[in-house]
Amino acid sequence: MSQDIYREEILDNYQHPKNKGKLAKASSTASVYNTLCGDFIKVELMVKDDVVKDIRFDGDGCAISQAAASMLTEKVKGMSVKKVASLKKDDVLKLLKISLSPTRLRCGLLALDAIQQAIKRQ
Amino acid sequence: MREKDFPILSRKVHGKPLIYLDNAATSQKPKQVIRAIVEYYQRSNANIHRGIHTLSEEATWAYLKSKKRVAKLISSSPEEIIYVRNTTEAINLVAYAYCAVLKPGDEIISTIMEHHSNIVPWQMLKARGIVLKFVDINDDGTLKLEDYAKLITSRTKLVTLTHASNVVGTINPVREICRKAHEAGAISLIDAAQSVPNMPVDVESIGCDFLAFSGHKMLGPTGIGVLFGRRKMLEEMQPFLYGGDMIREVRLESSSWNDIPWKFEAGTPNIAGAIGLGVAADYLLGIGLSSILQHEQSLAEYAIKKLGEIKGITIYGPTPDKRVGVVSFNIAGIHAHDIASILDKEGIAIRSGHHCAMPLIKRLGISSSCRASFSIYNSKEDIDALASGIMMAKKVFGK
Repeated sequence: MSQDIYREEILDNYQHPKNKGKLAKASSTASVYNTLCGDFIKVELMVKDDVVKDIRFDGDGCAISQAAASMLTEKVKGMSVKKVASLKKDDVLKLLKISLSPTRLRCGLLALDAIQQAIKRQ
Repeated sequence: MREKDFPILSRKVHGKPLIYLDNAATSQKPKQVIRAIVEYYQRSNANIHRGIHTLSEEATWAYLKSKKRVAKLISSSPEEIIYVRNTTEAINLVAYAYCAVLKPGDEIISTIMEHHSNIVPWQMLKARGIVLKFVDINDDGTLKLEDYAKLITSRTKLVTLTHASNVVGTINPVREICRKAHEAGAISLIDAAQSVPNMPVDVESIGCDFLAFSGHKMLGPTGIGVLFGRRKMLEEMQPFLYGGDMIREVRLESSSWNDIPWKFEAGTPNIAGAIGLGVAADYLLGIGLSSILQHEQSLAEYAIKKLGEIKGITIYGPTPDKRVGVVSFNIAGIHAHDIASILDKEGIAIRSGHHCAMPLIKRLGISSSCRASFSIYNSKEDIDALASGIMMAKKVFGK
């Protein structure tokens, strides 16, 4: 785990996010706010045969929350609904490869929360 | 100014000397306050008011002395000082105890500039048919004073506002607004959480009916706050909490209430906190609140000038002469949380987020901001360090 939370991959995902935007057709959506800092993430999912076929997010927030959304949406593409629902905090941290303080952890987990809420609405 | 009195300022954070610029959230504590709390627990710890033994007498005396010191700080009488946990509880006390007599259709006027603690308690009264209205701000973060003429009616019962904004630092003309409230037959409540620590506050001169503030923002401990209430108001109000200490006589069928302020202090109070608070009040008076305000305004002026030179910065709020030492800003393309994280690595503590004032943050057209807030121990060098830290953040983000 890197102590430098602003390592290059994080900044790159923040400044050039993957899967940012809208889907032409979504099977479910979910929006979550981090009331602490006003971070916001909206996720749109397209699920077919219990697999995440496509995903987009839109949001506004700090580098950590937005980079996590970029990296996590990329990871869950092609994953089964069941597997996405079982993702945990540590899976996100492994993906980000950084250690987060309890306060910043909420930023890091915002995208996971949004994705899992959208999955539940399938 | 008096940095040596604050032991915490000699610690390091991430290997760098601590530069503490989050004073609007909570201030640091001088050793005089810390020592008074330790001495109370080590020498005089006992319950107050009832014990005949020496320790109880000492504790009672220290508690009463604290009230005298706090009363002196805001030019009230000690009987008008109610100890609560914090500003939030003080405002809730008014919302429950005073507002119990309000009727459907009665109006309360607050402002868009308020901390959540001066919005949410009043929203709760809407269920009883009480109407809540808000005064807007100008683009420079000052109140739209002309709104009062439009909003105050014969049904207005309470006008409440912050003395100094915790986000943009604006010092509001509370004396003038309290006068407008009284002319309309309403009473006034001032949230003084950000003013009592930083500037002279005189309840006689302001003319308010209630004034609320917290100990922990004024060099005192957490868990102790103050509601000042005019004697007449307090005498007419029903208690807020019931139980020990607040009674005169208890029979199984019914009870009668103690004198003010004790009628509003049910249960064993925060004695150590009160003692610490009294010492903090004395400490502030020893420096002089006018000198403190002058110091803070000179830091605010320097910060606005120094940070203003940074490309891509937006600074919110009025000119330095109209504010306490609070400066909120944003850097284009970098979220406030990321600025705060990078500054933390340099040992610099600032606040980022919505500062418990979401309606104001929204009104400013943003979702969060960085906030540097000053106290007596801050210096221009701290602001230089802040500016360098912001430049580092810009470098990290390639801005």
